[in-house]
Amino acid sequence: MAVTEVRITIHPAGTDPVQIAEKIKELFPEQVIEVVNFRDQVSVIIKKDMVFAILKYLHDEPLFSFDHLQDLTAVDYLKKKDVRFEVVYNLYSMKYRHQIRIRAQVADDKPSISTVVPIWEGANWHERECYDMFGIRFNGHPDPRRILMPEDWEGYPLRKDYPLKGPELENDWIGFREVLKRSQELKEFEWEG
Amino acid sequence: MIEEAEKIFDTRELNVNMGPQHPATHGVLRLVLDIDGETIVKVTPHVGYLHRGIEKLGESLSYFQALPLTDRLDYVSAMSNNIGYCVAVEKLFGIEAPERAKFIRTIVGEMSRISNHLLWLATHALDIGAMTVFIYCFREREWILDLYEMICGARLTVTYPRVGGVRNDVPQEFLDSLWKFTDEFPSRILEYETLIDQNRIWLQRTVGIGVISAEEAVNWGMTGPTLRGSGVPYDIRKHMPYDAYDKVDFEVPIGTTGDTYDRYRCRMLEMRQSNNILRQLIEKLPAGPIMADAPKFLLQPKDMMMPITHPTKELAYVIEEKACKGCGMCLRACPAKAIFGEKKQPHVIKQDLCLQCGNCFVTCKFKALKLIPGGKGMSEEQLKELAAGPMPEEITKAAEYMVKHFEFVKKGPKVPEGELYVATEVPKGELGFYFVSDGSGKPFRMRLRSPSFIHAGVLPRLCKGHLIADVIANIGTIDIVLGECDR
Amino acid sequence: MIDTSAMGLIQVEKDVKILPPNIIITSFDKIINWGRLSSMWPTTFGLACCAIEMMAAGAAHNDLDRFGIIFRGSPRQADCVIVAGTVTKKMAPVVRRVYDQIPEPRYVIAMGSCACTGGVFRTYSTVQGCDSFLPVDVYVPGCPPRPETLLEGLMMLQEKIRNEKARWSPWR
Repeated sequence: MAVTEVRITIHPAGTDPVQIAEKIKELFPEQVIEVVNFRDQVSVIIKKDMVFAILKYLHDEPLFSFDHLQDLTAVDYLKKKDVRFEVVYNLYSMKYRHQIRIRAQVADDKPSISTVVPIWEGANWHERECYDMFGIRFNGHPDPRRILMPEDWEGYPLRKDYPLKGPELENDWIGFREVLKRSQELKEFEWEG
Repeated sequence: MIEEAEKIFDTRELNVNMGPQHPATHGVLRLVLDIDGETIVKVTPHVGYLHRGIEKLGESLSYFQALPLTDRLDYVSAMSNNIGYCVAVEKLFGIEAPERAKFIRTIVGEMSRISNHLLWLATHALDIGAMTVFIYCFREREWILDLYEMICGARLTVTYPRVGGVRNDVPQEFLDSLWKFTDEFPSRILEYETLIDQNRIWLQRTVGIGVISAEEAVNWGMTGPTLRGSGVPYDIRKHMPYDAYDKVDFEVPIGTTGDTYDRYRCRMLEMRQSNNILRQLIEKLPAGPIMADAPKFLLQPKDMMMPITHPTKELAYVIEEKACKGCGMCLRACPAKAIFGEKKQPHVIKQDLCLQCGNCFVTCKFKALKLIPGGKGMSEEQLKELAAGPMPEEITKAAEYMVKHFEFVKKGPKVPEGELYVATEVPKGELGFYFVSDGSGKPFRMRLRSPSFIHAGVLPRLCKGHLIADVIANIGTIDIVLGECDR
Repeated sequence: MIDTSAMGLIQVEKDVKILPPNIIITSFDKIINWGRLSSMWPTTFGLACCAIEMMAAGAAHNDLDRFGIIFRGSPRQADCVIVAGTVTKKMAPVVRRVYDQIPEPRYVIAMGSCACTGGVFRTYSTVQGCDSFLPVDVYVPGCPPRPETLLEGLMMLQEKIRNEKARWSPWR
């Protein structure tokens, strides 16, 4: 029950992320497409086939020990790149203080990728949000439902071809149209004077 | 048939909805509880009732225009979100804020940490039943909000930290009042602790509730005081320091058992540490500029445009007849509809309708617009005469600068291509910004990793096996705010 | 009009007369409206940032309790609803349902720019103003409005109630 104030001893910064990227390239040579370095942050672009194995290796390997999944998201590169979607995993190791980013390319045709919920439980809601916003299915996810939009919403809002202002009133979400209809019906009982 | 009837009328488990409108759910959070008597079997949180589409909206605005949107995320501690955004965008641009600006940002960041923890304590205690703490905490919070108003004019949705520094300098009375605040605050924290710390009811309602071990907490992605209550020493201010955190000396409270009481103690001690940090920062505050000097990326101060924009100059905007080609661009750009003219005929500006906004000036490609100082009130012929001649030099320079400024605000700066993830320690946990830039002035993808979203996902794990009243204590302890959770 | 000064009636304000020491003669409108406006009980409906300023208006610094305003948890026991914050399309059915549950006479205050017109958020999921499905009485703009502004909004609602005619009667 005791809570103490502690002077955190910071482990000196761990392995250089470029070396981690080299190790991944060594172990999975045909999966890695590119290694990008921007402002001292390293991204490894991979194909989506063995993404579970690569991430499990990064999580379990004692020298790397990426125990904290900072972020799991997706980006839509409509027409800017050949492969439309990329699922981005930002990983951090609390023990060694190194950071790396894995980008898995996902094609447009029935986009799907395997889930990482068995490795990090926290990925559960991140993946649901990816499905909701982009339409990328996660194979093996325990609860594949929409999370931010209503359950029967049509369309995937964060895709680049979805309008910012949303659909027209006629094609809008059925729940909202029902509210408007009901408020019109009940208007006769409102106090005017 | 009896089995069928038994299946339909199964009365062991009850399904209760704690709806979006509820005094204790801290916003619009909907929980569907499956309960067996009073014990919880399963909790299903439904979020998304406050999803406003901030990420998509950020893609259509420039980097500077998207800054006020971040205020509305974690609206309890608005300064911290702004700081997170500014640190991320500065790293993307490759510029650095000056020393004084970093110190001021850290000061307001720590003030927002205290303000957030005060509101957390107020609502957490109010939900559990200790109503007096609510009134006491708001008394302190009003002091902090008054200080915010002193520096930037707004209480809640401040947009004070800017990309490259801060908006304006802090007056001396702000620092004096803040120093007085740090003198009196420890005794106020003692007041709150006297009310609830060793209170039997409080202990029974919080000790042993919502226990989560260290490995599980890290696996679930928890951060901030919610994680530190379980004993994991992860604080971004120490792991990846930003702003002025490497220049101050502070400790980080770490818990042991990972229950609600430990998280409560962590936050109370954090308030004391923030007080300590504030005192050090006020003493060490250096002098200097408050905005970075990076003309390629930042809006320059508007002093250059003073000859045009200052109201006492009484400028008149006149179209030179000879140079005007009659294309109609200025006519369409004028917000007051003060320009008249046929196609291919020289246009005319009606002076009494003109707002002197400058839209026509920046739109005209043929440089047919002239600015006459002191021209307000002159007759049409006089203005036409003056327009035919050259403009004074200071006006020409200021006008060129105005065109550049206009283009910069409309299109945004030229940002290097690439992607970046930067995390900062907001009072609730780790707020991460992931930017993908495609070279234009608007972010191609702006992703906000919010701590409240992850913590709301942990709620089913924390509430399992407890009673309904403990659900309320658990919602309070994970400290979620739905604006951040749903974005 | 009957001249009532000879009977010892004192006119306090228009339509309110006192027969000292303790008989007050007034119209139904005035007394019912006075009763309603002096104890306006809103239901807690804080959605977003404006909820924090509403809580600050209810706290000690700017006290709402001195106006007779007590926040009730259940809409069945409330008089009005202060829609404070952004209304999204997912939340709209819930807002309408809560409003329908409030017994008459009921009032709506739209607090904040998002509730009035959608505010900054012109996106796919935000309702552009809660007046598309609710009859709003008072609009309180601001992002967020200061507690004093909300107080002014409540004063305006009180004025509106004061000038109502025959809302209590079955012939309206």
